[in-house]
Amino acid sequence: MEYEVKLDIFEGPLDLLLYLIKKNEIDIYDIPIALITEQYLQHIEMMKYLNLDVAGDYLLLASTLIHIKSKMLLPVEEGDAGETEDEPDPRAELVKQLLDYQVFKEAASQLDQRPLLERDIFKRGLSTENGNAGISEDETPMEVSVFALVETFYRVISSMKEPELMEIDVEKLSLTDRINEVMAQLTEKKMLSFVELLQDSSDKRMMLYTFLAILELMKLRMIKVYQASSFGVIRVVLAAEL
Amino acid sequence: MEETKAIIEAIIFASESPLTVDKIREVLHEVEKSEIARLVQDLINEYDERRGGFVLQEVAGGLHFRTRSDLSFWISKLMKAKQSMLTNAAMETLAVIAYKQPVVKSEIDRIRGVDAGSPLKGLLDKKLVRIMGRKDVPGKPIMYGTTKRFLEIFSLKDLSELPTLKELKDLQDGTEPLVTELPISDDSEI
Repeated sequence: MEYEVKLDIFEGPLDLLLYLIKKNEIDIYDIPIALITEQYLQHIEMMKYLNLDVAGDYLLLASTLIHIKSKMLLPVEEGDAGETEDEPDPRAELVKQLLDYQVFKEAASQLDQRPLLERDIFKRGLSTENGNAGISEDETPMEVSVFALVETFYRVISSMKEPELMEIDVEKLSLTDRINEVMAQLTEKKMLSFVELLQDSSDKRMMLYTFLAILELMKLRMIKVYQASSFGVIRVVLAAEL
Repeated sequence: MEETKAIIEAIIFASESPLTVDKIREVLHEVEKSEIARLVQDLINEYDERRGGFVLQEVAGGLHFRTRSDLSFWISKLMKAKQSMLTNAAMETLAVIAYKQPVVKSEIDRIRGVDAGSPLKGLLDKKLVRIMGRKDVPGKPIMYGTTKRFLEIFSLKDLSELPTLKELKDLQDGTEPLVTELPISDDSEI
């Protein structure tokens, strides 16, 4: 079972479209719709098994692109000379939307470049204790997306070297048991990394249960799963601890 | 006079969050507001000239002692600095709200071309964004705006300190804004 996830992270369909425009060095005011539509569709094909919720927004833009493409294929009526001039470019609205989005993307990056409190500048009285394994009381780490969890899960599972033996009479596992075990571990250790929790399991089945247990506990808001930075260590803590 | 300045310095130092001139006035009610503002400016200049480890900064409508931004590397050796507390999606959402406030969610969604529900929730949780009321249109959608904490975190005096959308657009086009930072000659202050 080989899972390879290779995907640039896009903030949405417009972001993906901008990326394609930049990649192909296209003039934003004169987008070759056929080429871009094709590449765009290729990309969402790749993204299909990811977040369905996001896919909806992507599909909406895909249909817009196809609509524009078909409009542009239609021959322009050359009846009344003046009228053809007035016909707006079917791409115009999309271009406006892209330009607008681009401005706010720039605004976001400018914001991020500002000296941020507790990243670049500091006020008095911050705790220097690094205890609690990296999460200081004041830290507000970003919450992990389920996608990051899935990725880590596949990484751990594919790093399992030993071949799996087929056993028929293994002990019966139940999700409830695993949930209780995870909770017990967390109560004792206060904080565990996601990888630590997974490595605790002996085989893939067990890992799968651990993973499901974590998802279930997240849903029940019994635990919180945090990541201080992109690609950082994913940490699991009891919700009550925070 | 020197004593008044020292008092102002002391209360700003003692205050945990940015202290407004009005608050300072509550302590020193016999001193004119303009006088306080002048002394505050004096203090700001003194700390700037000193080029020490920290400066007196005007932020979120108040005054606050903060470390110099170019020293973050050293502070991060002492304590864990946050790498980034916001995802790109959250940052974009925040940017839209900062510029368009008061703004409804559907407008944020439209600009970004993607549902902003989850980043919006995160921003509300982090108290960078607040609910400003409801828009008087069918459905009465909630309007969002930025908080004082947003100004504090992003070291902004007020919202007008953000680059304008026009300036951002110029940046995009690669054309330098017409008015670049011209060195201000000293006599312009008089």
